[in-house]
Amino acid sequence: MEYETVIGLEVHVHLKTKTKAFCGCSTEFGQEPNTQTCPVCLGMPGSLPVLNKVALEYAFKVALALNCSVQEFTKFDRKNYFYPDLPKNYQISQYDLPLAREGFLDVQTSDADKHIGILRVHLEEDAGKLVHKDDVTLVDFNRAGIPLLEIVSKPQIYSPEEAYAYLLALKSVIGYLGVSDCDMEKGSLRCDANISLRKRGVEELGVKAEIKNLNSFKAVKDALSFEAVRQEGLLREGSPVVQETRLWDAREGKTISMRSKEEAKDYRYFPEPDLPPFLIKKETIEAIRQSIPELPREKCSRFMKEYGLPQYDAQILTVSRATAEYAEECLRQSQGVNKKIISNWLIGPVSAGANNRNCGIADLGLSAALLIELVQAVETQQISHLTGKSVLEEMLRTSKSSGLIIKEKNLGQVSDTDSLKDEVEAVIKDNQKSVNDFISGKENALMFLVGQVMKRTKGKANPKVVQDTLRRRLTDA
Amino acid sequence: MSIEKETVEYVAHLARIELMPDELEKLSRQLDVIIDFIDTLKKVDVASIAPTSHILPIQNVTREDEPTGSLPIEKVLVNAPLRQNGFFMVPKVIEDNP
Amino acid sequence: MDICRLTASELIEKLRHNELSPKDIVESLRKRIRALEPQVRAYVRLDNAPLISKLLETVFTPDPNKPLKGIPVAVKDNICTEGHATECCSKILEGFRPPYDATVIRKLKEAGALILTKKTNMDEFAFGSSTENSCFGASRNPWDLACVPGGSSGGSAAAVAADEAFLALGSDTGGSIRQPASFCGVVGLKPTYGRVSRYGLIAFASSLDQIGPLTKDVKDAAILLNAIAGYDSLDSTSVNIKVPDYTEFLATDIKGIRIGIPKEYFVEGMDQEVKEATDEAIAELRRRGAVCKEVSLPHTQYAIPVYYIIATAEASSNLARFDAVQYGLRAAGEAHVQNMISLYKKTRGAGFGEEAKRRIILGTFGLSHGYYEAYYLRALKVRTLIKRDFDRAFAEFDCIVTPTTPTPSFRIGEKAEDPLSMYLSDIYTISVNLAGIPAISIPCGFTSKKLPVGLQILAKPFDEEMLFKVAYAYEQNTPWHLEKPKL
Repeated sequence: MEYETVIGLEVHVHLKTKTKAFCGCSTEFGQEPNTQTCPVCLGMPGSLPVLNKVALEYAFKVALALNCSVQEFTKFDRKNYFYPDLPKNYQISQYDLPLAREGFLDVQTSDADKHIGILRVHLEEDAGKLVHKDDVTLVDFNRAGIPLLEIVSKPQIYSPEEAYAYLLALKSVIGYLGVSDCDMEKGSLRCDANISLRKRGVEELGVKAEIKNLNSFKAVKDALSFEAVRQEGLLREGSPVVQETRLWDAREGKTISMRSKEEAKDYRYFPEPDLPPFLIKKETIEAIRQSIPELPREKCSRFMKEYGLPQYDAQILTVSRATAEYAEECLRQSQGVNKKIISNWLIGPVSAGANNRNCGIADLGLSAALLIELVQAVETQQISHLTGKSVLEEMLRTSKSSGLIIKEKNLGQVSDTDSLKDEVEAVIKDNQKSVNDFISGKENALMFLVGQVMKRTKGKANPKVVQDTLRRRLTDA
Repeated sequence: MSIEKETVEYVAHLARIELMPDELEKLSRQLDVIIDFIDTLKKVDVASIAPTSHILPIQNVTREDEPTGSLPIEKVLVNAPLRQNGFFMVPKVIEDNP
Repeated sequence: MDICRLTASELIEKLRHNELSPKDIVESLRKRIRALEPQVRAYVRLDNAPLISKLLETVFTPDPNKPLKGIPVAVKDNICTEGHATECCSKILEGFRPPYDATVIRKLKEAGALILTKKTNMDEFAFGSSTENSCFGASRNPWDLACVPGGSSGGSAAAVAADEAFLALGSDTGGSIRQPASFCGVVGLKPTYGRVSRYGLIAFASSLDQIGPLTKDVKDAAILLNAIAGYDSLDSTSVNIKVPDYTEFLATDIKGIRIGIPKEYFVEGMDQEVKEATDEAIAELRRRGAVCKEVSLPHTQYAIPVYYIIATAEASSNLARFDAVQYGLRAAGEAHVQNMISLYKKTRGAGFGEEAKRRIILGTFGLSHGYYEAYYLRALKVRTLIKRDFDRAFAEFDCIVTPTTPTPSFRIGEKAEDPLSMYLSDIYTISVNLAGIPAISIPCGFTSKKLPVGLQILAKPFDEEMLFKVAYAYEQNTPWHLEKPKL
């Protein structure tokens, strides 16, 4: 019997507005507790919410980018439950008329393209943060009221890898829109997963578990992998899967049942009387649609077509909007240089430099013109590839141009045979054994000799010229 | 009987209100009478009637995304029954996040 | 001259002519309150602290931008005043001092008014029609101290009737301004939903609540509404429609105004003396040239059940925030020996009074799983029908006239054990809130036991002008508003 894993993901992202969803408090992260609060986000008696225009705009942007149909009439509802991080003991959310439904996200996995349905997208307010101490809990409401977008996928994700790819693609799309940081560590993206197994070929969904406490994309993948195996084990031995909430314990690498008496949820949703409804005009939606930039998948295929890049390169270069725009700037400006070579530089040494600095390649402060100048210096054999890499490091450190660095440090590659003659002769003289080895047919020995010349010239010699010169000198003799 | 005592007990739990046994008795009796009266609404034909949750014909009320400042922390905490280092303090939370 | 007997408009005149100073006014008010409060109990938490928290002028200097300069205003205990206790007369809000002013308070301060630091009594969270549900005990009706002043804004109404206040703010969710105004023989106005900002009014039922004036006469109501009405960007349900100067509509000519008299309001359960006073008032309006005709509001009988589902549902959610975390009562016990659920339950069990618990539980029930469609959703649909009744009526009439209450004030304790009969007494006032329209209650006579009777006038949304026109014309031709209780 073969089982199929069925996964649905519920993702919450913080929208990057300047102020909270329903009041003018700042949304800045990492401030002193309760210093970014006011009567409204504290839910003080008498206070009333007024919706942040930009939060709604951002929400529609995401919904449109996820190919959703935007509802002409939408409203907010109150979701009632008691919890100490919830100032009013109800959350302003959306229930039966979410702002968008029925979309999809195309996702690339290692083996295929997947088309994953989006059930709904709605806007709500975040709750505060609880800090658990030994015997008490402390409450910070700075986060309370930050606009939160809930994106619910359909149960159309069929493996932990697909779930991982879905999250990457979602993060990439939202990042392109510039409406959220999607940073799981800062809590600006959170994810709960529903997973169930069913016999292959069966339509009906199995009993699901909801998994919480997923703190990274990897945790999502690991937890789902663990859970798929656990559920399959249960099914194979004929034990029932219990519908429950399970927590991912990253240290132990397993999911744990919350084992509490789970009450039936009764949120008593009703229309939020403090917020009149929203009638969304077609023109408004069109204007927002127009403001949506080229998204990662479109950009990726265009990079392949326009610049002749392989899919692998195009994907890496389009993962974030800033990276893609920087890459495109470089590709465009590099007239006469093979685009693949530019791409190699971007994906290789430039990315490495960015990684070391914990930033993206677009944040290095390296202008496209300077990078191209460097690449051309290597391509015209003015310097070696190896020297090029260290010049790049120097450029990143000092913001000087490659030309200046090459000149200052006298790194220009020596390709002139005459000026290399002395060094070649010296190496031949000092390494008679290797010379003999080469003459007797050991090709490798030549590379050793080239290395010796490179050493004497402190890397400035053009290795190709050195090799040619040595070969000629030793075979002629 | 239009409402059972068990329902009142369940609803009181949802509303997080502790009721003493005699309170529960009395309240159940009173609510029974009140709900019985409210049930006169069942006589109205509402099949084709849209609900009114907002009486005003206004829509699309929003504000600009401009910071208007927060309360000073002293004012935030002035009414707090218990506080610690700028936080509100509550008993150790062991219940699940709903 | 007994300063306290004056109306606000008279005070304004006397200030302008330097016959009085703000200090004189507050001083005489303080004396009056001190003398009468042991009997009337219109205010709560009275102590020896100053009534006004700012320095008072001994010589009045006029300011054209401050029409209420030097005039004290009494405020119901559910309207936030920064730094001053605002407890909704509930134990659960014990000690709560809001860190901000309600928009109406800000506006009144801008208009130069002096906000009294001591609040007026009310039924806990405005749940009631008598002030008997106040955690401080009931206020008394100045016309008969054994009777209730009505509610929930009973403290404000009693204070105005007893000359312990010139102007007072109340709130009206199902009649909480108009019914006590009627019981106490004063003027009370519930503005159109959206006319006055609700920001800073501790919510009972968000889709029904409005703040409004309680005053000695119609002119004062216009003056006070002028100061508090208008759009507020902090309240999404406040409407951006220009506010006229309401005092410009205080004319005595109502010739040709079409008045509807709803037949459903004159049925069984109505006190005979109330009926007679109302009939006489309608006759007076006819004499002044108004055209009075019968109108039908067929869904009137459903207003109370609709109201008690919608209002309690919203209240159950609005009052969930009273949870011992940020403010108010916290059930005794060390933090670490309790868990959160028991802290909630004990605090709310001990902090809410009987009526509050009844309404929260009823409201929670109406929204709970399995009952939402049958109760809450159905109530919203019937609300649509009630609104349509008024739309049709106002297509034909300029205003509607009714009694404010089916009976005059009743004795303290008379209805305390029968919540349903208390609910039923709101029959004439509730539809107005469900339809969002404005209404005013003005004195229209007395019963043989010298209890006031009120006349209610209803108008189209945002047509408060019509209320002032008709009310003023009636008032100026009748003596009722000039009578004072013997205290």
